[in-house]
Amino acid sequence: MTAATLAHGRDPHHVHGIEDAENRGPAPKRIVTGYGFWIFILSDMVMFSCFFAAFAVLSGKTAGGPHGSELFNLRNVAIETGCLLMSSFVCGMASIAADMRNKFWFQIAMAVTCVLGLAFLWIEFREFADLVARGAGPSRSAFLSSFFTLVGCHGLHVSAGILWLLTMMAQVFAKGFRADIQRRFLCFALFWHALDIIWVAVFSIVYLLGSGT
Amino acid sequence: MSELELHDQVDVAPGDEEEVRIGPRLLGYLAGLGLAILLTATSFFVAGTDLVWQPSIPVAIVVLAIAQMGVHLVFFLHITTGPDNTNNVMALAFGVLIVVLVIGGSLWIMANLNHNMMPMDQIMQMQR
Repeated sequence: MTAATLAHGRDPHHVHGIEDAENRGPAPKRIVTGYGFWIFILSDMVMFSCFFAAFAVLSGKTAGGPHGSELFNLRNVAIETGCLLMSSFVCGMASIAADMRNKFWFQIAMAVTCVLGLAFLWIEFREFADLVARGAGPSRSAFLSSFFTLVGCHGLHVSAGILWLLTMMAQVFAKGFRADIQRRFLCFALFWHALDIIWVAVFSIVYLLGSGT
Repeated sequence: MSELELHDQVDVAPGDEEEVRIGPRLLGYLAGLGLAILLTATSFFVAGTDLVWQPSIPVAIVVLAIAQMGVHLVFFLHITTGPDNTNNVMALAFGVLIVVLVIGGSLWIMANLNHNMMPMDQIMQMQR
């Protein structure tokens, strides 16, 4: 350990002096990449907030069609929530495995994350197909248009996340834990956990509040 | 990532932890999972129960959702108030500001419009 590390470790609130800041140079690539991706995730959340605003404004405009309380099956939503929450947790396990450079546990954790994500998507797809079959498709009312846009957009994000997940498994398999692969995985983990945060808002506002009124 | 590498850095990338030992990291994820399950179960329970005062249910669900997002941010994304995390938290704060403006502003404006607009059938009658 270097002297700088020890000094830093002793006092976490230590403010680096000017001469220190001058000598330090640009931040490590991992921080630049992670921070840039964090900004992307926040902008993605801003986009979702627009869909949420549209849904909140239109949730009562059913045009004589069915309300949420007649359409939603909360048991399915609870299972979906469980799948996504567990996949987020297992993705955290994959992060630990990646930091330990343990290929075996990394691939196992990623495979479990993938299966849980696919289970989520399958339940959501069946729910959408069921709604359309019952004549409650996105063209039925403003409420259903905004519902399909919001929940469907989250579903598309999860689908893209699964494609990315499979790519990461293949890259780690072929190239190992190189620094650039580790950075990509850091971004993927951020993305996957962020999707779970958005799902928390979806199940609370769309399903739980929507089936109450 | 080795201990030396991580501690050499002045900032922490979003998603990275300052903790590098497996045990405490695993415990952190488990604590997050436990809290998230607890909060999710509570909000599903509150949504379907008759035991609480009915008008309080939407407020309770929103509060539980915000709490759970906080749990996810801290335990899964590792966005904390630590000194190395300032940039990440500032970006998050700006994002939250925009989200609140978009959602709150939309609801406010649309509620105002609904309130000030005549019912549709009256408008139709005036146009005759």
